[in-house]
Amino acid sequence: MGATDMDVETRVSGTVVDPVHGRLDARIPPGPIDKKWERHRFDMKLVSPANRRNCTILVVGSGLAGSAAAASLGELGYNVKCFSYHDSPRRAHSIAAQGGINAAKNYRNDGDSVFRLFYDTVKGGDFRAREANVYRLAELSVNIIDQCVAQGVPFAREYGGLLDNRSFGGAQVSRTFYARGQTGQQLLLGAYQALERQVGLGTVTMQTRMEMLDLVVVEGRARGIVTRDLVTGAIESHVGDAVVLATGGYVNVFYLSTNAKASNATAIWRAHKRGAFFGNPCFTQIHPTCIPVSGDHQSKLTLMSESLRNDGRVWVPKKAGDTRAPDQIPPNERDYYLERKYPTYGNLAPRDIASRAAKEVCDDNRGVGPGGRGVYLDFTDAIKRFGESAIRERYGNLFDMYERISGENAYRVPMRMYPAAHYVMGGLWVDYNLMSTIPGLFVGGEANFSDHGANRLGASALMQGLADGYFILPYTIADYIGRTRPDKVDEGHPAFRAVEEEVLGRITRLLDVKGKRTVDSFHRELGRIMWDDCGMARDDAGLRRALEKIPELRAEFWKSVRVLEGSEEVNQSLEKAGRVADFLELGELICIDALHRTESCGGHFRKESQTPDGEALRDDEHFAYVAAWEYTGTLARPNLHKELLHFEYVHLTQRSYK
Amino acid sequence: MKLTLRVWRQKNANARGRFVTYEAKNITPDMSFLEMLDVVNEELIGRGEEPIAFEHDCREGICGSCGFMIDGVAHGPKRASTVCQLHMRSFRDGDSLTIEPWRAKAFPVIKDLIVDRSAFDRIIQAGGFISVPTGSAPDANAILVPKENAELAFDAAACIGCGACVAACPNASAMLFTAAKVSHLHLLPQGQPERYDRARNIVATMDKEEFGGCTNIGECEAVCPKEIRLHFIALMNRDLIRASVRDWKVGRRAAGM
Repeated sequence: MGATDMDVETRVSGTVVDPVHGRLDARIPPGPIDKKWERHRFDMKLVSPANRRNCTILVVGSGLAGSAAAASLGELGYNVKCFSYHDSPRRAHSIAAQGGINAAKNYRNDGDSVFRLFYDTVKGGDFRAREANVYRLAELSVNIIDQCVAQGVPFAREYGGLLDNRSFGGAQVSRTFYARGQTGQQLLLGAYQALERQVGLGTVTMQTRMEMLDLVVVEGRARGIVTRDLVTGAIESHVGDAVVLATGGYVNVFYLSTNAKASNATAIWRAHKRGAFFGNPCFTQIHPTCIPVSGDHQSKLTLMSESLRNDGRVWVPKKAGDTRAPDQIPPNERDYYLERKYPTYGNLAPRDIASRAAKEVCDDNRGVGPGGRGVYLDFTDAIKRFGESAIRERYGNLFDMYERISGENAYRVPMRMYPAAHYVMGGLWVDYNLMSTIPGLFVGGEANFSDHGANRLGASALMQGLADGYFILPYTIADYIGRTRPDKVDEGHPAFRAVEEEVLGRITRLLDVKGKRTVDSFHRELGRIMWDDCGMARDDAGLRRALEKIPELRAEFWKSVRVLEGSEEVNQSLEKAGRVADFLELGELICIDALHRTESCGGHFRKESQTPDGEALRDDEHFAYVAAWEYTGTLARPNLHKELLHFEYVHLTQRSYK
Repeated sequence: MKLTLRVWRQKNANARGRFVTYEAKNITPDMSFLEMLDVVNEELIGRGEEPIAFEHDCREGICGSCGFMIDGVAHGPKRASTVCQLHMRSFRDGDSLTIEPWRAKAFPVIKDLIVDRSAFDRIIQAGGFISVPTGSAPDANAILVPKENAELAFDAAACIGCGACVAACPNASAMLFTAAKVSHLHLLPQGQPERYDRARNIVATMDKEEFGGCTNIGECEAVCPKEIRLHFIALMNRDLIRASVRDWKVGRRAAGM
């Protein structure tokens, strides 16, 4: 049944009017910002080495945050179980990050500092992140680089043997460390190797091809998970004293995105339905430089690192409908629109701004390539200045990748780029200790909402994942265990039996629909709704439309999806069906959040809220808060809780990159 | 485009497998090989038949999940590519292709084109790391690495662990995979303290996992999607010999000789 206008009205106004203050305590330590973490580390409880092996910690996910946390907790002597739905922890999608990782080392002597990285990140996030978390992230950034170098991560070097840096994604200092265009791969392999070392030493048990399908809460605390073995289909319970979700982001709700095909929201969505609040679900990031869609069969989109914008110039023809080949368009008939609109930052304008600018020129009928959804990223000038070999050295693998997919040689013709869904700043709400609203449930990496506000800056995701995993969770989990001393619970506990039954029931329901439509066809349709009405530009009418369509599509899914038999073996369509079923619920929450936030900020652009020249216009008076949504049992009526944001060190200003 | 596919179908590890022929219709040259299989699978599901199981994830050639043999060549005809980055423009309309999983004793088939590559993880557990507990690292710039060493180490570290080298090798040897990791770490100053133990332990594990020996055929290098060079194997062998000489000397000293 489609929701009526009336329903939408009551559900949105109803939630805003009734915020439960006081329940959402971010537990930010007192004191000046540069002393908070240091002091908190002293205030936190420790667990004695002898007691650690009696504590079991379940880490779900093995990307940067998960591998780093599992390895570090294993080194400390905890009994760790780490879960991955892949065949090996090394497959996690952190591996695909290209550009680099930020750290406030100031090796370039160009004026960088912890405070500047903190400042840039708060401002870049359009003042919707928590200052204390961001400051800690900036502080820890320097330790991350040390750790990774010691592990043997082959970062780019200069001739003197020192580390090289580049400027990246809207930063005016060079603080980005990189390993060719494969920084994520090398950092993940570093964490993976540290993890496998612990597996070899017996402190970590690695459970591969194992998907978490639900969370078990006993007496108000997270005490375990229920998994499905993707090879045998066995449903199993795992008990722990604390659970860490490091399961990545949910941008595959758009179907076409730069995420890996299996990336999904099931773990965090199940936890949400068990009581974990969901923070800022509508904060999604659309990355400006991706290879444009080539046809209906397209299964995913490929990102080209935005480091390309360091040397590539973005342009479209000045004239609408100009179909001449790029080399036939003289310089004075080209619109280098980023350089024109943002003279200070030029082609390096932050992601949200660059994406929207590309959409605008394409909406203006000045887009290039098939379908007119593309802009040029042109290296002609850089090749003239530095020579082709210098460009090849910097971006060779990216140019190769571009040629493989598009069939075009970007040393000769400009690349064509278009924005694509890439990352989510939203995620499960966590306090300063990275603990969700369910005690004992910790959330790290992209899966939590914490550090990026409404827009993530380039080279900050890797930094956050590793900070959470290596340097925050090992301390805060110890504090939790030290304070609570959880009782012994085993797999026979009725709460585990009950959740196992629910999981089995869901699988049976999916198999029993026996309809006609494939899972992918539903996923594609959901993606189209989300992209059209909750994508780069959102408005009231579009979001209301999406909020009618999504429940209809969900009802249709449960009536006519076709999942083939076989719950006791490898069944990839069953795996997908469960994930898409959850996306169909999460999509609705994203739209509810986007509808309620009538301001524009960062990646969330409401057409109703813009400056006269079309930039995002924040409404700090009404929206300087984190929207944390509580599941109430009815998807259409979540409860809104607000965590008010205070800016003591970075003053609220209209963000400008002009 | 229209193609005829002979695909290996095997229900599980214990079942007997066989080739089944499918028609792939409405294929366009822009599709990746995996998108072509998606089209075939959507049609199979529509008919109520089980889709072809294959592993894949990032579809950008970096996660290492995907991989199978196309007409006997690991990852198919395009050099330096995984199957997810292989596009149908590399084939002709009307082609007949045979698709089968990696074949190696150490990589048992799980289903259809999916094999178990966990032996690679166990090789890494045996020594594919530098022992550096979290928090104990010196300042990053305290360790100088000559640029050319860093570049060479990166070339080795680029391995994605897909298993094509094993599948292509007539001996099903994992030497290229193992040597890539050993060389990555040995080319860096950070990797020196554990250098010889690493070479010894990692090769012993490789043997235990029942990968075959290396006879310098070079098929591995030819199919490697990341173009990992054969000379890394020589680099590892050198360390292995040094390790055994050291062991021999240590043994003599211990025996008072």
